[in-house]
Amino acid sequence: MSIFIDKSSRVIVQGMTGSEGTKHTRRMLASGTNIVGGVTPGKGGQVVEIEGRKLPVFNTVAEAIVATSATVSVVFVPPKFAKAAVMDAIDAALPLVVVITEGIPVHDTAAFFAYSQSKGTTRIIGPNCPGLITPGESNVGIIPADVTGSGPIGLVSKSGTLTYQMAFELRDIGFSTAVGIGGDPVIGTTHIDCLRAFQDDPKTEAIVMIGEIGGDAEERAAAFIREYVTKPVVGYVAGFTAPEGKTMGHAGAIVSGSSGTAQAKKDALEEAGVKVGQTPSESARIMRSILRG
Amino acid sequence: MDLFEYQARDLFEKHGVPVLAGAVATTPEEAESAAASMGGKVVVKAQVKVGGRGKAGGVKVAADAADAKVKAAAILGMDIKGHIVGKVMIAQAAAIEAEYYLAILLDRSNRTFLVMASVAGGMDIEHVAKETPEKLAKVPVNSIDGISKNMAEKIIRQAQFPEEIVAKVADVLVLLWKVFTSEDATLVEVNPLVKTADGRIVALDGKVTLDDNADFRHPDHAALEDHSATDPLEAAAKEKNLNYVKLDGSVGIIGNGAGLVMSTLDVVAYAGEKFGGVKPANFLDIGGGASAEVMADGLSIILGDKDVKSVFVNVFGGITSCDAVANGIVKALEILGDKATKPIVVRLDGNNVIEGRRILNEAAHPLIQQLETMDGAAARAAELAAK
Repeated sequence: MSIFIDKSSRVIVQGMTGSEGTKHTRRMLASGTNIVGGVTPGKGGQVVEIEGRKLPVFNTVAEAIVATSATVSVVFVPPKFAKAAVMDAIDAALPLVVVITEGIPVHDTAAFFAYSQSKGTTRIIGPNCPGLITPGESNVGIIPADVTGSGPIGLVSKSGTLTYQMAFELRDIGFSTAVGIGGDPVIGTTHIDCLRAFQDDPKTEAIVMIGEIGGDAEERAAAFIREYVTKPVVGYVAGFTAPEGKTMGHAGAIVSGSSGTAQAKKDALEEAGVKVGQTPSESARIMRSILRG
Repeated sequence: MDLFEYQARDLFEKHGVPVLAGAVATTPEEAESAAASMGGKVVVKAQVKVGGRGKAGGVKVAADAADAKVKAAAILGMDIKGHIVGKVMIAQAAAIEAEYYLAILLDRSNRTFLVMASVAGGMDIEHVAKETPEKLAKVPVNSIDGISKNMAEKIIRQAQFPEEIVAKVADVLVLLWKVFTSEDATLVEVNPLVKTADGRIVALDGKVTLDDNADFRHPDHAALEDHSATDPLEAAAKEKNLNYVKLDGSVGIIGNGAGLVMSTLDVVAYAGEKFGGVKPANFLDIGGGASAEVMADGLSIILGDKDVKSVFVNVFGGITSCDAVANGIVKALEILGDKATKPIVVRLDGNNVIEGRRILNEAAHPLIQQLETMDGAAARAAELAAK
């Protein structure tokens, strides 16, 4: 078991014919993902050969679903065209859309998120995220597959590189699924969505949650953990040294006034019984001692 | 990007939101001639991107053009909470009968937009929200449905505006929604929105935040950027497309990925506690898939910071390949030559790490020290900065 993706996931790549799309299609195929085709408006009918696989290209997600029975799409199209691509996937009622693209205007994200909510048939992960991996089964996005292995830990993180770091430190224990939800102000899947899914997933025995400054997602997650999560949760929060009013790389990572500080997030998580490490390595050590005793 | 008040005023005017005459001035003489062209009483307002300027003496009424020159001379150059006043706005004075509050913003928590409206205008809205929440109407707005005239009237009535001005305020709200969407704003706030003695509804002061991610469809937004306050190192980094924020410590930081770099700052600050409070000097994210050139650009900027005593390069290779990072460090040191005098602590892990470490070992540069763990490397960098 796992959350959101497994070996039965049939993945299409929106923007597969672009340079980023092609590069990462190759990496995903190499790590065992079942890629069944791509979507690039205007290039329907072409066939692209990547890693020895002949992949059909379609004009729309709906056409791709008819021909390939795709269940998941991963979006690599540039910010300008990302909204149209995600809308296309929602119109086709594709169950899962993973948006890797960085730099999408928040009005566009708010629009496609509202649209997905009104349709109620598509889960969006991202944007501006590294994607997700169920090690050994499916890898959708840009997470390097070889840094970790399969096991009982569920991981949810706003940050890509902290996901890699944590997955690497706990590679001998391994992960059910690791999800990078992205650092934008509006994201399709939250910490809470992942915590719920991990709690309900029989294979997941413990959860690592990585947060960062900005917004109140971690505080809300803490309230949710208290109510719903019985599995052990280990936390890490980045951005204690971030000054007020300066955006730290992610569009959403900004402390404004007293809200969004790392300390407030750490306090909220600890009050909910989450053990929060001071460094990523310390969080990994805490998780190790919980699972290995 | 946060706009100055005068820029917000201009943007409002462009979209038909009622505003008073206003002009920006950088010298007392400009202020005088702006006031003369308006005629009569004016208000001279400091242009700073921080609240509380009124209390700090940054807003003054002037009786005429000559007085505006005197008032502008007093306000220009003033230090308001660390912001030096470089510009003033000369605004027509108005006879105010009532002050209200109106705003549209991105509500991150609920992943939607939010209208906030209150008849308790002119005050700190966070204070209103806390002390008299019944006086603040908060209504979520779906980005697909937007704000129709009908809906605007409902919101304004819910906020208990006097019935005789509901239609006029609703018109303003619809126009503000137009500003919010067509300019890709994440905040459009009018405080106060006033009713004048002659019955007009006017936006007297405004705050606007624009989404930088949407710059590609707003070429005109580049002109709104304020370069006067930008740190020279931040400006140099921006030119090279690097994500850099200057901080006040002495350990230069380079890493890949915003989360890992933020974490690196924290880990260095913790380690620095043992060495008399050594702190990170900057945030610098070289991003995913960074090439040797990007690494070299980043290192040059950090080594150009006179506050930096040591450098910590912390890379976890996901997409980024550690050999490219290692080559970048070696190349940067070649370019910099004798100008590079500060120790560089490097921690590489992940994609192609063995080759990356080999390249650095082979280069055997006297300034480079390699450590295997992030915590260990942070401690070494802090120790070196403390020397």
